[in-house]
Amino acid sequence: MTPRPSTFAVPWLLAGPGALFFVGLVLLPLALTVILSFHAYDYSTGIQNTFTLSHYVAVVTDGYYLEIFARTLRIAALTTLICAAIGVPEAYILSRMRDPWRSIFLLVIIGPLLVSVVVRTFGWSMLLGSQGLVNQALQLLGFPPVRILYTETAIVVALVHVMLPFMVIPVWTALQKLDPMVEAAAWTLGASHFTALRRVVMPQATLGMLSGSLIVFGLSASAFAVPALLGGRRLKMAATLVYDEYLQELNWPLGATIAIIVLAANLCIMLAYNRMVEARARRTLG
Amino acid sequence: MAFLSLERVSKEFGTFTAVCDVDLAIEKGEFVSLLGPSGCGKTTTLQMIAGLVEPTKGRISLDGRDITHEKPNRRGLGVVFQSYALFPHMTVAQNVAFGLEMRRIPQAERTERVREALALVQLSAFADRYPRQLSGGQRQRVAIARALVIAPPVLLLDEPLSNLDAKLREEMQFELRRIQRKVGTTTIMVTHDQAEALSISDRVVVMESGRMTQVDAPYRLYEQPSNAFISSFVGKTNLLAGTWRRGGASSGAEIGGVLLETPAPEIADGTPVTLSIRPEKILLCDAGAGRLDGRVASRFFLGSQWLFTVETPLGIMTVSIPNHGEEPPAEGSPVGLDWSPANLRVIADNAAAA
Amino acid sequence: MHKNGPVALIFHILVLTFVLAPLVIICLVAFTPENTLSLPTAGLSLRWFEAVFAHPDFVASFWNSIWLATLSATLAVVFAVPAGLAISRYTFPGRDFLNALFLSPLIIPHLVLGVAFLRLFALIGATGSFAWLVATHIIIVTPYVLRLVLAALSGLDRSAEQAARTLGAGEWTTFRRVTAPMILPGITGGWLLAFINSFDELTMSIFVTSPATVTLPVRMYMYATESIDPMMAAVSALMIAITAVAMLVLDRAFGLDRILVGQR
Repeated sequence: MTPRPSTFAVPWLLAGPGALFFVGLVLLPLALTVILSFHAYDYSTGIQNTFTLSHYVAVVTDGYYLEIFARTLRIAALTTLICAAIGVPEAYILSRMRDPWRSIFLLVIIGPLLVSVVVRTFGWSMLLGSQGLVNQALQLLGFPPVRILYTETAIVVALVHVMLPFMVIPVWTALQKLDPMVEAAAWTLGASHFTALRRVVMPQATLGMLSGSLIVFGLSASAFAVPALLGGRRLKMAATLVYDEYLQELNWPLGATIAIIVLAANLCIMLAYNRMVEARARRTLG
Repeated sequence: MAFLSLERVSKEFGTFTAVCDVDLAIEKGEFVSLLGPSGCGKTTTLQMIAGLVEPTKGRISLDGRDITHEKPNRRGLGVVFQSYALFPHMTVAQNVAFGLEMRRIPQAERTERVREALALVQLSAFADRYPRQLSGGQRQRVAIARALVIAPPVLLLDEPLSNLDAKLREEMQFELRRIQRKVGTTTIMVTHDQAEALSISDRVVVMESGRMTQVDAPYRLYEQPSNAFISSFVGKTNLLAGTWRRGGASSGAEIGGVLLETPAPEIADGTPVTLSIRPEKILLCDAGAGRLDGRVASRFFLGSQWLFTVETPLGIMTVSIPNHGEEPPAEGSPVGLDWSPANLRVIADNAAAA
Repeated sequence: MHKNGPVALIFHILVLTFVLAPLVIICLVAFTPENTLSLPTAGLSLRWFEAVFAHPDFVASFWNSIWLATLSATLAVVFAVPAGLAISRYTFPGRDFLNALFLSPLIIPHLVLGVAFLRLFALIGATGSFAWLVATHIIIVTPYVLRLVLAALSGLDRSAEQAARTLGAGEWTTFRRVTAPMILPGITGGWLLAFINSFDELTMSIFVTSPATVTLPVRMYMYATESIDPMMAAVSALMIAITAVAMLVLDRAFGLDRILVGQR
């Protein structure tokens, strides 16, 4: 569609009210939070009207926080890796199915996206608990019971479950764009199934996989419900840390600092992704 | 023994029979077209030869070797897909080199052969472009180069020209024939376009709902269609249903009380028959001077020729006459129709009047 | 020709098991007659569903969430449709900015939005009211509606609108009689997606709900951190059922794969 060159007034009249609302409820609160992160804090008197960098310094020097950040990154990276390892082949398998199976299974794989994270996490806490199905199965097979709940394993398992659709969707979309005959063309030129996959299908799926990976990584690193319900008190991640600072410690400036760091990291990832997509588009578009 | 032969090849999808008992023998260097309307099984037949679809029954052999169940990557046939199926993330040169790479051809030879193949399809200047930067006709030629560079014993073309516009399609027909003559590769082309099939093939195989109904040289196919379907599918024709009358001196078909003379094989008196006469075999003359009188219902000027529909006692007849540079009879004027009896053909299969 | 081999099918079955296991276990445990989280081995019971409906907090939260989702999805449509028209139909200074602004809640973690709202409300003294909660949810769900509206508008055949104009329809009539009906599937799909996203939202809501406005996911989260009994499974099963119904409606009407896949 070629947008109609037009006056300034009409589009702003249309979008103006919404824009005002969004400025007031997105940009303003974010700006206030950035300012808040520089406010000094005193445990007995609360937020001070003096400004300081001490929260940022504390967060990047204190081993306690660094450990939580390291854990957050580790868990997010592991989740991303596993999601890719499961999601990419699954998307490929789905794309090779015939309808109606293809639509049905696609629905089953991406449908849970619409089920509340609390519900899904609760399901995993039942499966992974000391008396859960997984432990019962292990005992049936003659293994000793393992403690899974309240470990990083539990968090990763549930996060993979929550994030899998975000990996399947972009890879599936990328594979949909691929002419199914392209793979057949590679076979007729002498490529084995594996070579055709590696040389022809994978390069097409890569962009979808990268896009999926960034979404999964970003969402995992800021996930709240899963670590809050499956990590217990000790295993904090960035989001649960912010929650505790705000609603338990009541140290809002410190909480704001961590939230801003999470946001900045997220935006960096998105920017890097856009750069990469553009570079790639330039390469193939010429 | 033919170079490529299909013996009683069938393909069933569930209860649906896509291809039924196809027998075909193709000689080395031949250009054969599989012609038919969509859903007639021609593409399935091609895909079975390529190894992309496994036949339910029958045997396919190439140069004396049974390839019925061989994997497509072991057959070494060149395939040009309807969608071209170029690798979108590879340049033109990389696309063409792919098959050579799979054959582990050394780099130097590979480069040389890619260069030759691109020269053959006149795309040398486009080696470093990506498929999406090319026009439809250029992509088409990349697909041909990619299929030919591996020096396949047989080249398979699946509706190769259907994605091109009319003018380009005509150019590519000649181009395709030129390349095929030059390389000498045995070629099988699937098409639903009868003009395309007639113009470039040595032989045309007509397929109808999964079966082969006629295999002939283009000229013979046009002049002696074996049934009503083929006579109307291949070119335009006038079909007339009537009853066969055997007289002493002359025999012919009686239609609406008129006896149309035609030399024909032995047919019993009183048999219902269908006659076919091509529009360009009918001549317009003055009313009363021909074999049949009529009135011009409409006329269309097509540039090189005029197309008439003429109302006659036998029904509407289509007539085409070459443009001689002067104006022919106007709409509404009475005319006579004449033809040589040899051009009025009896169609063997009189059941399927199209 | 495109068939998955046995290895692929086994892999597929394992993935399906993984995806469905937690949902299936919830639905099974919800019917247990026992007092602990256990599979209903000795018959099925509805006692925990009855317990949910007899629990005033859960019932109140459920209605809170329904109202919240309905209002925020509807208001999101009110913002998104004109915004979508402006962005897709006009070139004007600030167009890219507007587009980025309206879609920004998709890339800002909900956690960050939550603390940002909390700060704003604390400063302006707007704590705990339902209206402000609705406002925050509008922010979160508007991008979903906008994306589907934009997709619907860009997929629209403009010549139908031009035909209406040549037949004598004014600009507003053209929108009402031609454009709106053509983008209606996109709007409805967007509304449902917005409803579901609002209904399920936890991370942001947890910061901005007050005891009087607690939503169902927040209530469930609070309940799950304190005690775990089969009532939690019963509530979860109900939520799965509601989502499944919404999903089926979405799928029948527009094709869920199209809506969800079109998202990213």
